[in-house]
Amino acid sequence: MKRLINDGYDVVEELLEGYCLAHSDYVELDNDCNRVIVSKKMSSEPRVRIIVGGGSGHEPAFLGYVGKDFADAAAVGNVNTSPSPEYCYAAVKAVDAGKGCLFVYGNYAGDVMNFDMAAELAAEEGIRVETVTTTDDIYSSENVQDRRGVAGNVFVFKVAGSAAAKGYDLDKVKALTQKANANTYSIGVALSSSTLPVTGEPIFDMKDGDMEVGMGIHGEPGIERTKLEKADVVVSQLIDHILADSKLKSGDEIELLINGLGGLALMDQYICYRKAHLLLAEKGIKIYKSLVGNYVTSMDMVGMSISVIKLDEELKQLLDHPCDAPYFKVAY
Amino acid sequence: MRALMLNKSYFIETLKKLAAMAEENRDHLSKLDSDIGDGDHGINLTIGFREVEKQLPQLSESVTDIAELMKKVGMILLSKVGGASGPLYGSFFMKMATHIIGKQEVTFKEFCQMYQDGVEAVQIRGKAELNDKTMLDALIPGLEILKNYQEGDDLINTLENCVNEMKLGSDKTIPLMAKKGRALRLGERAVGHRDPGSESAWMIMNVFLQQLKTIS
Repeated sequence: MKRLINDGYDVVEELLEGYCLAHSDYVELDNDCNRVIVSKKMSSEPRVRIIVGGGSGHEPAFLGYVGKDFADAAAVGNVNTSPSPEYCYAAVKAVDAGKGCLFVYGNYAGDVMNFDMAAELAAEEGIRVETVTTTDDIYSSENVQDRRGVAGNVFVFKVAGSAAAKGYDLDKVKALTQKANANTYSIGVALSSSTLPVTGEPIFDMKDGDMEVGMGIHGEPGIERTKLEKADVVVSQLIDHILADSKLKSGDEIELLINGLGGLALMDQYICYRKAHLLLAEKGIKIYKSLVGNYVTSMDMVGMSISVIKLDEELKQLLDHPCDAPYFKVAY
Repeated sequence: MRALMLNKSYFIETLKKLAAMAEENRDHLSKLDSDIGDGDHGINLTIGFREVEKQLPQLSESVTDIAELMKKVGMILLSKVGGASGPLYGSFFMKMATHIIGKQEVTFKEFCQMYQDGVEAVQIRGKAELNDKTMLDALIPGLEILKNYQEGDDLINTLENCVNEMKLGSDKTIPLMAKKGRALRLGERAVGHRDPGSESAWMIMNVFLQQLKTIS
């Protein structure tokens, strides 16, 4: 095992303790629940609150996006495991300002069950909670509603946070967040498994020199295992999938994210970015802005994903709206 | 002869042994999960049952009846585990309490009802059906046996049949494609792998069986 940890059963608590010590100007642990990260920079006027969340092991997702004018709280589950209803509900109680809350999280069976139970608890208390599940992983299913949420989460979270920051009501924040999700497309490739902290073992075996297209961020097996190719070849394959699914055409405008899965050098990520940018530009697709780095990871997995969000003026404005979280900043 | 009653200490001893079962089978269950899921089913069960075990001494003092015990155990699993197995096993144990409120001991017939209430809760929460390649593929065949229990039937035999049918149900998940959970996205690639939830389900009921053998 190449992980630098203590007891594998303590990783989540120790991660959260470290995170809150490091970013004490931005966040704190909720008083009532040690699995909820709450923003210290929440607006003083009441607004719709944005709650993100999911399993641990995807850092800086989801806690890294809690800050000013972005997400207001994150509910943090065990490794690769959605947070329980108790944690999700505690997040609602911690931040609700009477304008309702929006849950935004990846579309996984476990997450849906837990967040839905929390939304039911909130409803019993008279707190309105709406939900948008992200479904950007195009290779995870033919049916859009069955797809998983992966790194494209970042765009969707950003739009949700900006819409709330503009003071829109819950229906409008939800509609805009859904719009962002519907326009976001991602696909990943893994070169290795991540290592589970408790067992110290990889989730699955992967030979050196193999790659798997379509791999999930929890190490769910992808669809196809093949010999590792050069970066340009791999990126071309991924871009082809995105173009085919998104129907992007010449003249369309996008934001482009090259996301490292945790164990891939930033050098490699920029080499991938280069090819993705060139291929898209060749097709006449305009790249409005780009992000490169580790945004939604799978612990120590070696691999990357490509996400694009197709833009219109409304989405552009929301993505450009200023915000300040430890792992996402847009200048004021 | 007075019918055998299952008292609070039967359930408390069973819960202790469930915690031990989770530890022993942690890597086996996680391995099954890594074939078609995210490789942590066994780990998540230990996270839940370690907390149950930790709170058990205090719980066995404080709870007034078996219903409260099962409810509390379900709530611990629900709050500590997360994922799909947290709400599913959490609901299973919580809803076992439905028809036994206030009881200090239950008959085997009532135990069968507890199991039925638990399975129905899993069905409602998981929205899955038989042959979707989930824990219900073990839970439902077991239920068929316990539903047919008549007073006078041998208890050990009945519960043994139940566990055996659950095991067979788990075996039957191997050739299936999944219709729920993370394995859903695998399509044909899920074929040939056992559903980990169906495996843990029969293992849990097997602990109830083994404990029954010690008191009959």
